[in-house]
Amino acid sequence: MNNKVTRNLYLFPYALWIVLFVVAPLLLVIYYSFFDIEGHFSLVNYKTFFTAVYLKMTLSSFWYAFLITVISLIIAYPTAYLLTKTKHKQLWLLLIIVPSWINLLLKAYAFLGIFGTKGIANSFLEAIGIGSKQILFTDFSFVFVSVYIFIPFMILPIFNALNELNPTLLDAANDLGASKWITFRRVIFPLTIDGVKAGCQVVFIPALSLFMLTRLIAGNRVITLGTAIEQQFLVTQDWGMGSTIAVFLILIMFLIISLTGNRKRGV
Amino acid sequence: MSKLLRFFLGIILVSAVLFYALSELNSSQGYSGKNTLTIYNWGDYIDTDLIKRFEKETGIKVIYETFDSNEAMLTKIQQGGTTYDIAVPSEYMIDKMRKEHLLIPLDHSKLPNLKNIDPRFMDLPFDEGNKYSVPYFWGTVGIVYNPKMLNGKKITSWNDLWDPDLRNKILLVDGAREIMGMGLNSLGYSLNDTNHAHLQEAKRKLDTLTPNIKAIVGDEIRLLLQNEEASIGIVWSGVASEIMSENEDLEYVVPKEGSNLWFDNMVIPKTAKNKEAALKFMNFMLDPKVAAQNAEYVNYSTPNKKALAYMPKETVNDERFYPSPKLTEKLEVYENLGKKNLAYYNELFLEFKMHRK
Repeated sequence: MNNKVTRNLYLFPYALWIVLFVVAPLLLVIYYSFFDIEGHFSLVNYKTFFTAVYLKMTLSSFWYAFLITVISLIIAYPTAYLLTKTKHKQLWLLLIIVPSWINLLLKAYAFLGIFGTKGIANSFLEAIGIGSKQILFTDFSFVFVSVYIFIPFMILPIFNALNELNPTLLDAANDLGASKWITFRRVIFPLTIDGVKAGCQVVFIPALSLFMLTRLIAGNRVITLGTAIEQQFLVTQDWGMGSTIAVFLILIMFLIISLTGNRKRGV
Repeated sequence: MSKLLRFFLGIILVSAVLFYALSELNSSQGYSGKNTLTIYNWGDYIDTDLIKRFEKETGIKVIYETFDSNEAMLTKIQQGGTTYDIAVPSEYMIDKMRKEHLLIPLDHSKLPNLKNIDPRFMDLPFDEGNKYSVPYFWGTVGIVYNPKMLNGKKITSWNDLWDPDLRNKILLVDGAREIMGMGLNSLGYSLNDTNHAHLQEAKRKLDTLTPNIKAIVGDEIRLLLQNEEASIGIVWSGVASEIMSENEDLEYVVPKEGSNLWFDNMVIPKTAKNKEAALKFMNFMLDPKVAAQNAEYVNYSTPNKKALAYMPKETVNDERFYPSPKLTEKLEVYENLGKKNLAYYNELFLEFKMHRK
């Protein structure tokens, strides 16, 4: 009995936190989404969302987030695999994680210099005879910088999954005559799929709502749902429409999490 | 358990030490004193020597905070919890703030230096009789360009930007009013036009400019133009004069079709705690010599007529930043169009941004 009371007591701060900072804001966002710009209750925002402009924006957000996730995964998986094979893996891992401690804005500004017409990237292209190219404010630079920023978050869960893999399983596969590729496809990959899923979640979801990079690196050539929310809240001051886009973004996130969720596999 | 306890005690101890150190530091800077004046202004928009002089002359401690957009400032003042005694919003925001009762009327008897201001810049529609605001700086929206990078080509109008030779050369500032206004002006409409057909037409015209646009950016535009990342930029005159002092090749022009005339005025928001000090500071800034020094430092155009006498001739006679009354007649001040029209401007601007080459 006493035990139960203390347990509830311990739960209290957690519950308070969830209610104040998760549930309440979500409810507020949903509440605001039902008001038009003049503060009247209406469903007009939802109607607006299903017009060509916002649907196109949703699709392009999805497309870029998808590209960023796939490219991150393609780079992160082999990197994480190699990391588990190195001698000082914790050190190497640390080196990969350290850049993610630097403020995003600073990194973005650095890329303004690197990708500029007179930047390092163009001097290099010039030197190898290709000649300078427009790099900044293109789809390429946007995806590149986003991948650069998100990659540590993809490597980390995959690394953990690979690191926990029991090496005797690989020996067994080898003994039973599986080729390297078969071992990877039938043993390693299925056993690390949870790490991959977790990595994809932490990359895809924030990538959907990127907004600062779209202006700094893509020069507003890429408009995502995040950009639209920022504009609705800060410039137009149409909190209703901003909230409506946020509601859809939240719905999409829930959908992704439930689709890629970890099903318990009777461990 | 004792280990855990020690851990928590350690954290509490560290926080206590940090908190104490912070409060010591703050009080040593006089932040906790009573006679303070909190100013909320745009970044790098005052000569800090003047703040020191004001503090010395009056014994009032100044706390200076900055914002980067009118909207951000509005949100902070609306939500309360702040103690700003002076803010420096732009004209359309002053109109909005006064209608939302966020401003305190000014006691003109405490502002004898108000007579120094050019009558052209007084009693404007956004604040009739200057009941709530006194002019701080003013300027225009125009085109900055680099004749060297354009092989000596001259730009004089908005419509010059549609030249097919300028492919991928133009940087736009990320502002719906500015860019939609450019579209409207290029068609000969007013920048305050609310006729949906005209706005649609302006948006379609802007769409055809897309091949010439390199990017639509925020404050980074200064850096990008200064470093010759692009040869043309649509900017406010203040930004233009700033980057022109860094890169001598640049030119600034107010397009002949007309453009925007903007003001940043000092106001006392409802959050003010020290109205007396705020009025003293306003009057101090309106002093001709002070205004001249400030204008020299910030590089924006001062509305203070008497101050012009204390400034270099070449600055005051520079028609690019002190346009003749004839050109000023063509310039329009943004009117507060109301939330609904503003939303329509923003919607079209968003569609324009999504238009691909």
